[in-house]
Amino acid sequence: MKKSWVLIVSCLVIGLVFSPSAWCKSKTIKIGINAPMTGDIPKVGEGTKFAAQMWLEDVKKAGGLKVGDKTYKVELVIEDNESKAESAVKAATKMIVEDEVLAIVGPQASKQAVPAGAVCNSYRTPMISPWSTNPDTTKGRPFVFRGCFLDPFQGPVLANFITQEFHFSKAAVLYDVASDYPKGLAEFFKEAWEKLHGTGSVVAYESFTTKDTDFSSQLTKIIRSGAEVLFTPQYYNEVALIVQQAHELGWNKPIVGSDSWGSAETVALCGKDCYGLFFSTHYAAAGATGATKTFIDRYKEKYGYVPDDVGALTWDSMRIVQRAIENCGNITGKIEKDRQCVRDALAKIKAFDGITGKMTFTEEGDPLKCAVVVRISDKGEFEFYKSVCP
Amino acid sequence: MTFFFQNLINALQWGSFYALIALGYSMVYGVLMLFNFAHGDIFMVGAYIGFGVATGLVALTSMGALALPNWLILVLTILISMFLTSFVGMIVERVGYRPLRDAPRASAAITGLMIGIILETGNLALLGAQRISFPALVQSTTYNLGGVFVTNKKIMIVLFSIALMYALHLFVRKTRWGMAMRAMAFDYVVVPLLGVPINNIARMTFAIGSALAAVAGIFFGVAYPVLDPYMGIIFGWKAFVAAILGGRGSILGACLAGFLLGFIEIFVAMIFPSTLRDFIAYSIILLILTFRPHGFFGEPYSARLSL
Repeated sequence: MKKSWVLIVSCLVIGLVFSPSAWCKSKTIKIGINAPMTGDIPKVGEGTKFAAQMWLEDVKKAGGLKVGDKTYKVELVIEDNESKAESAVKAATKMIVEDEVLAIVGPQASKQAVPAGAVCNSYRTPMISPWSTNPDTTKGRPFVFRGCFLDPFQGPVLANFITQEFHFSKAAVLYDVASDYPKGLAEFFKEAWEKLHGTGSVVAYESFTTKDTDFSSQLTKIIRSGAEVLFTPQYYNEVALIVQQAHELGWNKPIVGSDSWGSAETVALCGKDCYGLFFSTHYAAAGATGATKTFIDRYKEKYGYVPDDVGALTWDSMRIVQRAIENCGNITGKIEKDRQCVRDALAKIKAFDGITGKMTFTEEGDPLKCAVVVRISDKGEFEFYKSVCP
Repeated sequence: MTFFFQNLINALQWGSFYALIALGYSMVYGVLMLFNFAHGDIFMVGAYIGFGVATGLVALTSMGALALPNWLILVLTILISMFLTSFVGMIVERVGYRPLRDAPRASAAITGLMIGIILETGNLALLGAQRISFPALVQSTTYNLGGVFVTNKKIMIVLFSIALMYALHLFVRKTRWGMAMRAMAFDYVVVPLLGVPINNIARMTFAIGSALAAVAGIFFGVAYPVLDPYMGIIFGWKAFVAAILGGRGSILGACLAGFLLGFIEIFVAMIFPSTLRDFIAYSIILLILTFRPHGFFGEPYSARLSL
């Protein structure tokens, strides 16, 4: 008698476990956040999390997300991808299969966004990467979107900017060959520069691998090559080391960077060595107006520092997802159908007015938007210098 | 020619780190016949302890509680961190290796790897994943010697490292404790029977190795002021290569091989495309080991701590 009870109870429990929809069919929309909380770029993960939580706060204040005539509770599922490609894939799969999220925001860096995009696309789950600028992230993947411009756009922006600003014709490039983003951008920059100044005008094209800390041999080579400017599309931890070592080896010409420099940590780690340098990015915090300023002030008051571009782009991406869910109009509770509906709504978004500029999505899932060239001021702030539109 | 000298100086600095860390591997192997695979992470811990001590001293100075010039802060940081990190080394020995002294060598190697992971993730839990910026204790001054750029940091790092290696050499050669270490290296089964306290010697070996790793960690912070919890892994591997290349258990060998490794890496990047640096550099080392399987100063089938 006792045994049969155990049997019945365990059968019931198993039944419950394997039919999650039976007990969580409440009106909750789950949104996944795939962010690098640990690993090489934890500051990026922190910015992502903070911006997402601020968004959630707003939604909660409004009583939930209103779709059609029903209001849904929203829940964030935040997974750490350890800044690794394989962990980003794992995190995406877990959120899609186990947590049954409606859409995923992140990963941020292209190194994780490219492989995670493949997973989301094959599971037919909409994903939007706020910060990944490598074209491969969205290419041929109808379910993958992004919140920023692309490297084939950013490369020429920088090449043109350096040519117009300094009238240089010989450039050097130093990049991490083991990471998708720097490698892609280095190639696009080289191509654009050589188009402007002829083949061979990139006089030094040097690389290293992730986790290297000594760049003295590459920099010595670059200095000897007679380059007039150094372009290095690296993340903040490497930027500090590269810039300082270049100065110690006698390099006193300009060093130019890309949107990966735009972290709140760059100046903290690099110090005075980085003052006066230029990089291209998505928005400039110093001198912002309107909704952008409201966001910056709120973020600063809450977390104690000026949000970097990752925070701003994540905020925009969260709101794009929100807009898409609202536009979708009808959440059925059947996750596959809802995901398809959100994807279709995402692809149809026109002239979205974000805090990092106006954007309209193309067929590939990439927005058309402007880039900003920023100068690191003598106080270590990111100052708006120039805006470049496609 | 200036190009060559510039690279030479870069290589000297880079090699000093490998040499200082390789010494720790080599000494422990010489005395206990095991590779302390946690050594790269002890280097990381040393750098973080150095960061903590330096930040504390800088804060006390700026608050006016102490009036220390920067050079004195650096010296105190090095001394205090060597002292504290040697305790970390002794704890690692007591917890990780002593209970396994009679276990198969493979088990001891695994413990090393596990302690390494514990130190990394422990640090991650304690301080978070955020990069830490090492305080700028040495105001960087660049000297231009006829086209070759040298900073005061580089000079200090290279000279101080060589001085430490020489001090270790004197210790091993001239003192009773050094003699005991050499005797243990000669035969670690019989020598304890003759009254040499094996536990004390083991503890001391770990302490010295860890203190050297702490110095390497602080110098690393001075030269490359961005610290992260995983910085010791690749460094540890490469210094381990240097220890093997120098000849297992050989102090002089570990020093020379450390510098040689630095030279090979820098000069390979000088001649070939930098993408191929580690590929070519470690192929060369594989080749050297093929012809000298016991390293430069190692002897076949013995693990003598020689000089």
